Amino acid sequence: MLVEFGHFALVLALAVAILQGVVPFVGAARGRAGWMALAAPAATALFLLVAFAFAALVHAFVASDFSLAVVVDNSHTAKPLIYKLSGVWGNHEGSMLLWVLILSLFGAAAAWFGGRLPAALRARVLAVQAWIAATFLAFILLTSNPFARLAFPPMDGRDLNPLLQDPGLALHPPFLYLGYVGLSMAFSFAVAALIEGRVDAAWGRWVRPWTLAAWMFLTVGIALGSWWAYYELGWGGFWFWDPVENASLMPWLFATALLHSAIVVEKREALKAWTILLAIMAFGFSLLGTFIVRSGLLTSVHAFASDPARGIFILAILAVFIGGALTLFAARAGAMQARGVFAPVSREAALVANNLLLAVACLVVFVGTLWPLAAELFFGRKLTVGPPFFDLAFTPFMVAVAAILPPGALLAWKRGDLSRAMAPLAGVLALSLAAGALVWAVGTGRSALGPVGVTLGLWVILGAAADLGQRTGREGLRRRLARLRRLPRADWGRAVAHAGFGVSLLAIAAVTAWSDEDIRVAREGESFAFAGHDITLVAVRRVEGPNYVSAMAEMEVARHGRHVVTLYPERRNYPAAGMPTTEAGIDYGLLRDIYLVLGDPQEGGGWAVRSHVKPLASWLWAGCLMMAAGGLLNLTDRRFRIAAGARRGAAAPLPAA
Amino acid sequence: MSRAAALAAAVAAAAALAGLVRPAAAVQPDEMLADPVLEARARAISKGLRCLVCRNESIDESNAPLARDLRLLVRERLVAGDSDEAAVDYIVERFGEFVLLRPTAGGANIMLWIAGPLMLLAGGAVGLAYLRRRAAAAEPAAALSPEEQRRLDEILRS
Repeated sequence: MLVEFGHFALVLALAVAILQGVVPFVGAARGRAGWMALAAPAATALFLLVAFAFAALVHAFVASDFSLAVVVDNSHTAKPLIYKLSGVWGNHEGSMLLWVLILSLFGAAAAWFGGRLPAALRARVLAVQAWIAATFLAFILLTSNPFARLAFPPMDGRDLNPLLQDPGLALHPPFLYLGYVGLSMAFSFAVAALIEGRVDAAWGRWVRPWTLAAWMFLTVGIALGSWWAYYELGWGGFWFWDPVENASLMPWLFATALLHSAIVVEKREALKAWTILLAIMAFGFSLLGTFIVRSGLLTSVHAFASDPARGIFILAILAVFIGGALTLFAARAGAMQARGVFAPVSREAALVANNLLLAVACLVVFVGTLWPLAAELFFGRKLTVGPPFFDLAFTPFMVAVAAILPPGALLAWKRGDLSRAMAPLAGVLALSLAAGALVWAVGTGRSALGPVGVTLGLWVILGAAADLGQRTGREGLRRRLARLRRLPRADWGRAVAHAGFGVSLLAIAAVTAWSDEDIRVAREGESFAFAGHDITLVAVRRVEGPNYVSAMAEMEVARHGRHVVTLYPERRNYPAAGMPTTEAGIDYGLLRDIYLVLGDPQEGGGWAVRSHVKPLASWLWAGCLMMAAGGLLNLTDRRFRIAAGARRGAAAPLPAA
Repeated sequence: MSRAAALAAAVAAAAALAGLVRPAAAVQPDEMLADPVLEARARAISKGLRCLVCRNESIDESNAPLARDLRLLVRERLVAGDSDEAAVDYIVERFGEFVLLRPTAGGANIMLWIAGPLMLLAGGAVGLAYLRRRAAAAEPAAALSPEEQRRLDEILRS
């Protein structure tokens, strides 16, 4: 019964979404307060209904209700509870329901915390949110009903894809969706602003926290996915330029650009039309990402949920929303008059350069991702655009972004002086260059990647520190330290996020340039030397897990005769899904990861064993977490909280000057 | 079909399936060449060739039997004295440009390669024009909406 109630709740949710999309919208156009006021309770109701439907599906998975087709295809009674839960979104139907759940959560949050918004803007934002929710609810109900019953339920399920039975991947989709869908808020604000024909500093301030939140989730989601690929796929790689990875990177790049351009709108009332365009494109690429993943148009590692018919539906949604928003943009963008005046050397100009680089980088990824499709359709050539292309075509943009970041963050608003901005960075530049040169001298005969990466990474990290230091004034050390602690969280957030970017750059360069690898056959009890370590394959045992059997190796790592760590790489086989996986044995270290993989048993006895040493690998994800933490610091800044409180008292909210 | 034949068919099917999903860790020890220089060249070439039956994996990373065959083929060519280019050409001749992870710049592909630089130039020009305009523009007087004007009057009166 609960399943039918869940299905019914979804149908009701669609009705509520249509109501929420139409009534407040008409109300805003005609200036009827009562009609506009419907938006907030409707948004709450929509969220509750979708949440109920989602809970019903979760219950079906936890209770292993094999009368549901999705549960049969993606679950198994022997599976641990956490993977029964993650199985809810480890499939097409459930993940779309999660998508809509998060969408309605953002809508409801806008209704709950948006009390300070002008009534008409709020009504329009919530209406646009509801349109998106309505189309996706229709998509679920018409093409991907998670509540479809089976006439003859089987005794047990077919199990979830074993690659997905992993804690990292249990969390990866929710975070990614919080990011993707969070960008819908920026989109709704952009469309509402276009309809009102008005973008000002207040709009910039309202849209920024939502974008910031979405961006943080997207950052963590991408990092989780990359970390999962690192430890689960057994290649020790962290980014494969797979179409689906690109699909998440593109909205991230646009969201990053949007974060920076919204600052210019907020502080200087310039770049308005561009910011609106970025908000539309950021969400547009989120939809595109959903389309790429869900349609399987570009087959990839993630195409486990592919279905072209559904793809066409999402493509239609994409065309209507983005086409509609862009048409509106073309009609109204002229009305967005910039007010701030600034010189070609200024913080504003640096942010324009940042936006240009990020946007073009994103378009390069876009062109590369879709080129195989275009080449086949228009030129009849079947070809591949793989990692070597992206490494070559994308990396220069990130190098440029990193190079301009420290001076850009120190330039004054309106009219900056490059030599003055560079003054506190002189030491930083010298130090970074010296470190790069040192690395260059030590690592003879290797690629330029390492030295360049070290120089840039340090330049950005130390530049962020110099940025903070600069804000503490010129007095004695004690005064400056005291002031450092009292700096606004926005300053801290910016510095931490920028430093995180530098840390990730440094780690990517180190892992790519200096990883060591060894492939060999080892017998049980045999030792071998590798990269300054002595590795012993002690034994390989057969181990039974809850829903798999595994060959588990015990491998001891020693350095200079002293025990470092014992690792247990595995080769698992999941009989229900009929699929094997490798579980690498990884020792996460501050300066390096030791990464051991157990291969096939060999005919002449012994096992294939692969060993890697990955310098600074953990820093890669630590850097991503720092970026997200910087976003969080920024989000809790006084100006968002105080501004909210101050305006709540006012009868008719005034936009901040 | 006799019972024995059915059994044989089932075993063959199982074996084929096992072959398809064989868990192996990419490059196998028995494939590697004794000469470390040749082996390093083979690895570098393998990283640029796509496993034809996989999804976006190079033959160096892939566990598929076909990828193994290609890895062995690359090594065979190198041992036979081919240069890196000749070995790659040999593979491309037989499997098409689909195997190249790094697309060539020939024909229409030139668009793919110059798309980034061109977009940067175009965007840079637009950006520069915008910066010029912003520098030359006069700061307009802050225009208030009628609603705000009313509210301002209210505040000033009280």
